[in-house]
Amino acid sequence: MKKFDKERLLLGIAAPVLAIVVAFLVTALVLAATGKEPFSAFGIMFDYGVKSDSQVYILNKATTYYLAGLAVAVGFRMNLFNIGVDGQYRLAAFFAAAVGGALTLPGALQIPLIILTAMIVGAMWAGIAGVLKVTRGVSEVVSTIMLNAIATAIIGYLLQQGRLGHLDEAGTKISTTPLPESSHFFEFPTTPTPVWGFIVVAVVAGIAYWFTLSRTRFGFDLRTVGQSGSAAEASGVNVKKMVVTSMLISGAVAGLVGMPTLLNDSYEYSGDFPIGIGFTGIAIALLGRNHPIGIALGALLWGFLERGTGKLEFEGYDKEIVGVIQGVIVLCVVIAYEVVRRYGLKRQQSKVGAELAAQAARNSDQQEVSA
Amino acid sequence: MTATATSTPPPAAPKVSGGKGGRTRLSFPVVLLIVAGALLALSAVRAITGAQDVTSAGQISAALAMAVPIGLAGLGGLWAERAGVVNIGLEGMMILGTFFGAWAGWQTSPWLGVLAGIIGGMLGGLLHAVATVTFGVDHIISGIAINILAVGFTTYFAKLWFNTGEAAAKGGSPKQSPPADDITSVTIPGLSDWLHSIEKHHWFFVSDVAGVIGGLVTNVSLLTILAVILFVVTFFVLWKTSFGLRLRSCGENPIAAESLGVNVYRYKYIAVIISGGMAGLGGAFLSLVTSHIYNEGQTGGRGYIGLAAMIFGNWRPGGLAMGAGLFGFADALQLRNGGESVHALLLLLVVVLAVLAAWKLYRKSFVQGAVSAVIAAAVLVWYLATDTVPTEFVSATPYIVTLLVLSLSAQRLRMPKADGMRYRKGQGK
Repeated sequence: MKKFDKERLLLGIAAPVLAIVVAFLVTALVLAATGKEPFSAFGIMFDYGVKSDSQVYILNKATTYYLAGLAVAVGFRMNLFNIGVDGQYRLAAFFAAAVGGALTLPGALQIPLIILTAMIVGAMWAGIAGVLKVTRGVSEVVSTIMLNAIATAIIGYLLQQGRLGHLDEAGTKISTTPLPESSHFFEFPTTPTPVWGFIVVAVVAGIAYWFTLSRTRFGFDLRTVGQSGSAAEASGVNVKKMVVTSMLISGAVAGLVGMPTLLNDSYEYSGDFPIGIGFTGIAIALLGRNHPIGIALGALLWGFLERGTGKLEFEGYDKEIVGVIQGVIVLCVVIAYEVVRRYGLKRQQSKVGAELAAQAARNSDQQEVSA
Repeated sequence: MTATATSTPPPAAPKVSGGKGGRTRLSFPVVLLIVAGALLALSAVRAITGAQDVTSAGQISAALAMAVPIGLAGLGGLWAERAGVVNIGLEGMMILGTFFGAWAGWQTSPWLGVLAGIIGGMLGGLLHAVATVTFGVDHIISGIAINILAVGFTTYFAKLWFNTGEAAAKGGSPKQSPPADDITSVTIPGLSDWLHSIEKHHWFFVSDVAGVIGGLVTNVSLLTILAVILFVVTFFVLWKTSFGLRLRSCGENPIAAESLGVNVYRYKYIAVIISGGMAGLGGAFLSLVTSHIYNEGQTGGRGYIGLAAMIFGNWRPGGLAMGAGLFGFADALQLRNGGESVHALLLLLVVVLAVLAAWKLYRKSFVQGAVSAVIAAAVLVWYLATDTVPTEFVSATPYIVTLLVLSLSAQRLRMPKADGMRYRKGQGK
């Protein structure tokens, strides 16, 4: 077998492209059906999406989304559905913000401390689901969803004055104590707005993800468990341990999701901290097929769609159309991947069949010659 | 030939009778005993702590109203999973139900709204069936995609349809619809008042029974009665008809079903579409009975809780109804500002955990016993140190109860054997 198969690569790209085309067609239909002109809407989106301030916005958004996608993908690779990234990153960001606001250490100490806090809190929260799964047989899908709601309650309880909350001077907003200047993460001085320095961490996380999964024993075990738990068990992998470990890793990465916003933008956790990114992460992991580069492209696409549709609001459209586009993309992409997978399998089978037939024919030729 | 014929039945036989792993089927008297026991425990808690609202008619009536959408979502899950399709898209189908229910409901009559809600949910179910059955997409992934799509779709159209013209004039906004008319509620005259007068005396157990029955006969929406009928109908169709047997065979062993001439794809399609319709009805109940309007995010994860109720109920309608009742009760606590009630129920939790710890220690599983004992002690300290539970935690009660109940019961459950597995026509050949 050749290691690099051009046709296979083409097939891999075909699925998401097909899904995006279908999604835009469906969106055009929805827009047209509701009496709006679809193609000028797409024109506005693309024109606005490539402006330089839009590019910065998209990169910054994509940093957060990329980390969320990675967190989800770690679980997906071993057939573990961590729907709870949403609760994990919010709880993690909240406690990290509280710890960061309470201390004033030099940045070189404080920033790693904040990030570490977030990763540990995220890992612990995800770990509950992992432990419940292996010891009590509770499906991680249900338990992580419940943990999301419980995380909301915990944050709501603690984010109050007299607990971990802090009323701002105007007396209108409750947040955690703002981080000291020293723990602001560095930025790239681009114009008109800076690119968040956390993008570097996101890239490093992506490389670490790729390396761990495809170049280490642990990653191999993880993928084996994902494809067949019983086969992994038979080859000596402790499946239960793997479930808990990968849940912990997924939660730790989820802990990073809130960090770009916390360390580069808001510097505090308040009621308007972004929510629902965990679910965005699921969509992006599906879109990027759990591949580090695919996830990056998905994150950029999501950022672009949000930026572009935001502009539509000023042109007589509704920006909520972004939900329709994104939803259709996700549904189409999962179907397209499955169709392509089946086609690839069929192609492989017919290829092997043809080769075997050719071999058989050769053999019989030789027999005739020798006879 | 004879050898294969005789060797087949024995391995199948223990499975049919439940086997060692499965739990013994609850008979009707046993169920009644459990209900009576729970009621006795609740009345003891009420008498000891003085939290009168725990078994009041108001609380029970609210619990019933909250149990219906959860139960309907769970019923939807039951239909789909009995045919072997995991339906995590219930949440999305419920959202479609709330949206279409309110959309048709405020313009015409609430009953047309109910119909529209069911159809909206069925469309979601159809989409799930196309993705999972025809294209073989992983069931959970397809379900998540449907949830994302349903949120996107309803957010867009809510702004378009509820924020313009007549709808806006009648109180619609981008995030909510104008109110729809009432669906008739019925109260059994005489009985309701009589029970209420007994309840007011706060007699041990008697008043509690009166409160519970009073809650069940006062202001019951016709849609609630419809939901109860659907439970009974589901049981009869799935377990007492040949259609139901074939449908369940698709969830247990689709290849065997196929070999007997069952059109597995068709049964799965029917099951998942019905499943969507049930979830849609649950959604319509939320928007037309519970609140009279569509509200963005009003399902609040009830589709998932419904799924949890179904798992708790061991993929059977009776168990599901009990699970839905339990979660509905927990859900109703937050509606009634139940800090005091939840605080009282902590005591019940302590007793349950202590009994569990003693049982585990008796069975020599020391780790589990110790864990239960430690948690029981911690909850007891919490109970003694405080007077009420903060509202934030009251709102988390249904989710915590779900987690607790599942972690105590999940290992004894048996799901349909081919649940969640990919199946392709002719794969057994």
